[in-house]
Amino acid sequence: MKPNMTPTKTPMPEQDPIVRAGNFQEVALGYTPEMAALEATRCLNCKNAPCMQGCPVNVHIPDFIARIRENDLAGAYAVLKGTNALPAVCGRVCPQETQCESKCVRGVKGEPVAIGRLERFVADSCMDTAAPVSPAPENGKRVAVIGSGPSGLTCAGDLRKLGYSVTIFEALHTPGGVLVYGIPEFRLPKALVRREIATLEAMGVRIETNTVVGKTVTVEELMQEEGYDAIYIGSGAGLPRFQGIPGENLNGVYSANEFLTRVNLMKAYRFPETDTPVRVGKAAAVIGGGNVAMDAARCAKRLGAEKVYIVYRRGEAEMPARREEIHHAKEEGVEFLLLTNPTRVLGDENGRVTGMECVKMALGEPDASGRRRPVAQPGSEFTLPLDTVIVAIGNSPNPLVRSTTPGLETQKWGGIIADEETGATSLENVYAGGDAVTGAATVILAMGAGKKAAAAIHAKLSGH
Amino acid sequence: MYRILAKERLNETITRMRVEAPRVARKAGPGQFIILRIDEDGERIPLTIAAKDPVEGSVTIIFQKAGATTARLDTLEAGDSLQDFVGPLGKESEFGDIAGKRVAVIGGGLGIAIAYPQAMALSEHGAKVDMIVGFRNKSLEILTDELAGKCERVVVMTDDGSNGRKGFVTDGLKELLDSGAKYDRVIAIGPLPMMRAVAEMTRPIAIPTVVSMNSIMIDGTGMCGGCRLTVDGEVRFACVDGPEFDGHKVDFAEAMQRGRMYKDEEKTSMERHACRLTGGARA
Repeated sequence: MKPNMTPTKTPMPEQDPIVRAGNFQEVALGYTPEMAALEATRCLNCKNAPCMQGCPVNVHIPDFIARIRENDLAGAYAVLKGTNALPAVCGRVCPQETQCESKCVRGVKGEPVAIGRLERFVADSCMDTAAPVSPAPENGKRVAVIGSGPSGLTCAGDLRKLGYSVTIFEALHTPGGVLVYGIPEFRLPKALVRREIATLEAMGVRIETNTVVGKTVTVEELMQEEGYDAIYIGSGAGLPRFQGIPGENLNGVYSANEFLTRVNLMKAYRFPETDTPVRVGKAAAVIGGGNVAMDAARCAKRLGAEKVYIVYRRGEAEMPARREEIHHAKEEGVEFLLLTNPTRVLGDENGRVTGMECVKMALGEPDASGRRRPVAQPGSEFTLPLDTVIVAIGNSPNPLVRSTTPGLETQKWGGIIADEETGATSLENVYAGGDAVTGAATVILAMGAGKKAAAAIHAKLSGH
Repeated sequence: MYRILAKERLNETITRMRVEAPRVARKAGPGQFIILRIDEDGERIPLTIAAKDPVEGSVTIIFQKAGATTARLDTLEAGDSLQDFVGPLGKESEFGDIAGKRVAVIGGGLGIAIAYPQAMALSEHGAKVDMIVGFRNKSLEILTDELAGKCERVVVMTDDGSNGRKGFVTDGLKELLDSGAKYDRVIAIGPLPMMRAVAEMTRPIAIPTVVSMNSIMIDGTGMCGGCRLTVDGEVRFACVDGPEFDGHKVDFAEAMQRGRMYKDEEKTSMERHACRLTGGARA
């Protein structure tokens, strides 16, 4: 069959920006079978598959797309599931533009194949009807996975397939980690996360929620008293950073973690039907320029704020957020105050936020990160009237595991030291990966680390 | 699910519950807390661990009907189950070389539910414990009999003088100090204004004073930062750095302001709860 040489991706339908800014339903609506079939014909099925080198979990991309062309969706899904425990998640939240799609030959002249959209289409079409992956019978060896985020779920899935008996320990009441507390419903529906996790449980992966490793039980106890042969630590980057400016403890200043957890995990957008409140008011500012900042801003808009600002001290080009997220936020009416740095949060006599003092910045010489360093412009101070301030300037690794695991070596900034290829830590049979090792990064990198660690744990425990 | 093994109303607003939670029971220490959620749409609320029984695999909590969730919790009975129950969270109390030392444990209102396990633990560590407990009136008095055996002195204060002495717990502490009592440490647990008043009284006479901060929090593992407070000019998280802090260094004014964050929403939830109880139409 002759490839479809259309230079642009088949567009994916989306909810209208004005409409969606008032609801929490998914923004991107997904391909129809016709759209998917059409887009699949854009893939050249390159022999050396450069796209695969861009995928941290080695999805056999040309192979699954070929099966879409052959109208064998079940086959395409089996290919995806062969290396990726969470295709419906990855199809939505992976930054494909810097991963698989960045390596696509079609991207040289025009847009790359819409690999992410196709992955999503296949997963959505098949996840409910596909036969469960039949894992190897349990081999008697037991592995404990700490944290049920993308890294832990991937590691658990791979190890269970290989015959290990796997238990995931999750601190919160619902498994999924950042997929449930961080990423909003309109970008990643929670029902879908539940279905992905259910397929892992159907394979025999056990999940113990409400178990804070480091508090409820320690790594040492899991190995010595509960008889686990190996441990994988995927506890994430869960400690919010604040700017340290005056007024940050006023009522109405949230960390992005708190704001998003209230909204996503605790479903505060349904208060008082649900019991957890969140307060946004008429005007909200989100400090930061990453994907988390975009998520928080878009949630604030949906919660009824008339004015929502992104306040970022560098320019748009320096923003770490995905272009697609920035674009979506703008479409929904989020205003971008670039080259702007907050200096103080202002409050009233009751300690409630009333505004934020900011100063305009200019870009100077490049700093350690290679990005041009923002420098304050004297005399450019101004005040932004606000009800809510959301601080989205990043997270540090959660210290609960490292502080209760003697001998586990960590970086100065708190990240667990782990071998990049295997996840091996300073403790025998203890592995780690994801944000707990790297600091805040992406879902797919965390999954890749979980995958490598699963292979290393298998090699170690099986002796080859 | 976490089964409620026993429930006992200590007075009209305060209830004690024993909940099956074997993992928590195995690890719980003095000063630590749990977070529970009643059901799928429920909020996560922190409650101090009042007692544990690792053999039975149970943890005892004592709570006061203060908001919609505690009011609803109070309607559950033995045999019912809680959706979620996680812990032990926070740091254990540091007793150090407390053996032989004299300690005043001060509990106000529900604070006594937290002060009570503290007094027990201190006594087990060989400290000489005086207990000062405060209630609004006699009908709200709880646990004083259970405390009597563990403490050298139990001073009961009531706001209206209907039992023990009339006055606040700070009046009780002052009287003991005036009568020559010497304390190596004071532990104050209760409403923020009461803890602040105790800390202000002990500051000039330099008695180390520990307070237990019950801030608004969600996850209890350091993730949300909602429970942050200022201690000695530094931002700390009550859930992982506390809940116990040096009372002379806590910014109480800020803590009180943060405690009022959701006052309006709490009222909405309470009205809704009352509505459910009386069979009124649901929103």
